Order: sequence, then structure tokens, then C-alpha cells
Amino acid sequence: MIQTFCEWLSNTPASMAIQNAFWVIPTVQTVHIASIAVVMSSILMVDLRLLGVAGRGQSLDAVVGRYVPWVWVAVIVLLFSGIVLIVGEPGRELLSDVFWLKMMLLVCALLLTLGIQRSMRGGGGFWERRRVVAALVALVSLAVWTAILAAGRWIAYVEHG
Amino acid sequence: MTLHELFAGLEATPVGTAIRESTWLFPTIETVHVFAITLVLGSIAIVDLRLLNLASRNRSITELTREVLPWTWAAFILAALSGGLLFTSSAVKYTQNMPFKAKMLLMLVAGANMLVFQFGTYRSVSGWDRGTTPTGARLAGALSLALWFTVMSLGRWIGFTT
Repeated sequence: MIQTFCEWLSNTPASMAIQNAFWVIPTVQTVHIASIAVVMSSILMVDLRLLGVAGRGQSLDAVVGRYVPWVWVAVIVLLFSGIVLIVGEPGRELLSDVFWLKMMLLVCALLLTLGIQRSMRGGGGFWERRRVVAALVALVSLAVWTAILAAGRWIAYVEHG
Repeated sequence: MTLHELFAGLEATPVGTAIRESTWLFPTIETVHVFAITLVLGSIAIVDLRLLNLASRNRSITELTREVLPWTWAAFILAALSGGLLFTSSAVKYTQNMPFKAKMLLMLVAGANMLVFQFGTYRSVSGWDRGTTPTGARLAGALSLALWFTVMSLGRWIGFTT
């Protein structure tokens, strides 16, 4: 069924237009990577603060308030640039196991980030009292976002259906 | 020895050959490279946006750079090492590639911009550390943001032109 959908999608005018303009895919990938830079660096700053490694000059909720909104903006740009990439080459993503693994990891990462953001409602005290849990959450967050980035790059290399 | 011979020799080293001939080495090193460059670009942007007075306006610049720039440098070293390894796999081809050459040139310009800022405008930082930045700092921030974004874009184009 996905196969049929991919065939249909790749024959739509939008997909044909992308396929026929050689510059669209690299340009949209560039926007996609710039947005990943925003996500990764913002997440790094939050996670380093959770770990107590950097940013101690500021309270945890100030760090989350400074960086996490940028994650959401970047995720929206990633969603739209990602959709353009899928429309341009449907089979490359939708028939790829690595792509679906990436999407599952993304759901985990988004829920985790949302959870960290919502835990700030009472200030950062929740985490200051649970330093070990905070460090674990930070490491899991870094690992999941890095895995998403890696899966994204490997979509280009792993054989798909 | 000409430059061409040097690059050909680099390609022929066991390291260059291994990366070129393996099915998984290139994508693996490339993944490390992409990880590193997202942190370089993003962390530099954090500082640049402060220099442009667009974000972290309530933060001291010296404090912000002390907590961000060590990670930028660590990521940059990782990007340079992984990039160097990718380069050895097809050195001759890359040195003949226009986006690659432009990327190397713009990294030098970005480095020069950083040095001019560090040894120029930044020397008076104590006067504007917690406040609005002077024109020189805003200019350095804007240039840095534009240059590093372009460097990243050219890097992506290398993969579509070789």
C-alpha cells in the first residue's frame, strides 16, 4: 500500500517539479540541516545544564526558557522541509526502515523535550533535588537526538524497498 | 612534489583507500561530521545572536561565550578530523570541486572575521558586556552567521557535485 502511495505521489505535479529542478533537494536539505543545528545546539545547552556541566550561572528554568522555544520553531521548519524532501523522492523515505526508525525516535525525543519543558512549571527545583535522574534524562536526550541525526544521514545509504 | 601528487598520494594511503573502498566507513565518518557541524553552526549562532542583540540579551557576553565556545571548539576539532578523513578518501576529486574550494576559502574568511573581532572590538567588551553591543560586534556577529551558514550549505553541495 505504501508502495502504491509512493508511486502515486511521485507522479503528482509537485513531485515532478521537485524532481525536474536539480537544486531543490540540496537547497531544502541545507535548510533541514541548519534547523538540525538549531535543535542539536539548543538541546546540548539544556542537557549540559541538566548534567550540571555548563551554564551553572543561570537557573535551569532560565536555560530551558532560553533554548527550548527554538527547538519547537526548528522542528516546525524540519517538518515542512522534510515533507518537501519526501514529496520529491517518496520511495527514498517512506519505503526505508531507517526513516521509520527515525520517526519513532523523533516521537520519543519530542515527548521527552515536552516533559522537560513542562517540569519547569514549578521552577527548576524538581531536578535540583534529583541530580542523578536529571543527569540520566540529559544523557538519554542527547543519545536520542543524536540517533535521530544519524538515522537521517543513513536514509541515504541503507537499501530500501 | 606538486600539490596534485600530494593529494594523489594522500588518496593512496591505507586510510584513504580504506575509507574509499569500504561500504560503511564513509557514511559513518560522515555522520560524525554532520553531528559535529550542527553543533559548530548552532553554538556559534548562539553567540552571534547575542552579538546581534537578538537573543540572550540579559546575559553577559563573557559569561555566555565561556559556557558555549569550549563546546564550539570541541565540535570544530571533531568536524575537522572527520572532514579530513572524508577528504583523504578522494582528495584529488575534492580539490577540483568548486563548492569544496569555496567552502575552504570561506572558512578562512570566517576565521579572519573571528580574529579581527577578538583582537579588535572585543577588547572593549567590559564596556558593553551586559548591554547593547557596538556596531563592530553586530557586524562580526552578522558576518559570522552568514559565513558559517554558507560554509554548511557549500558542504552539502559537495555531495551533489562530485
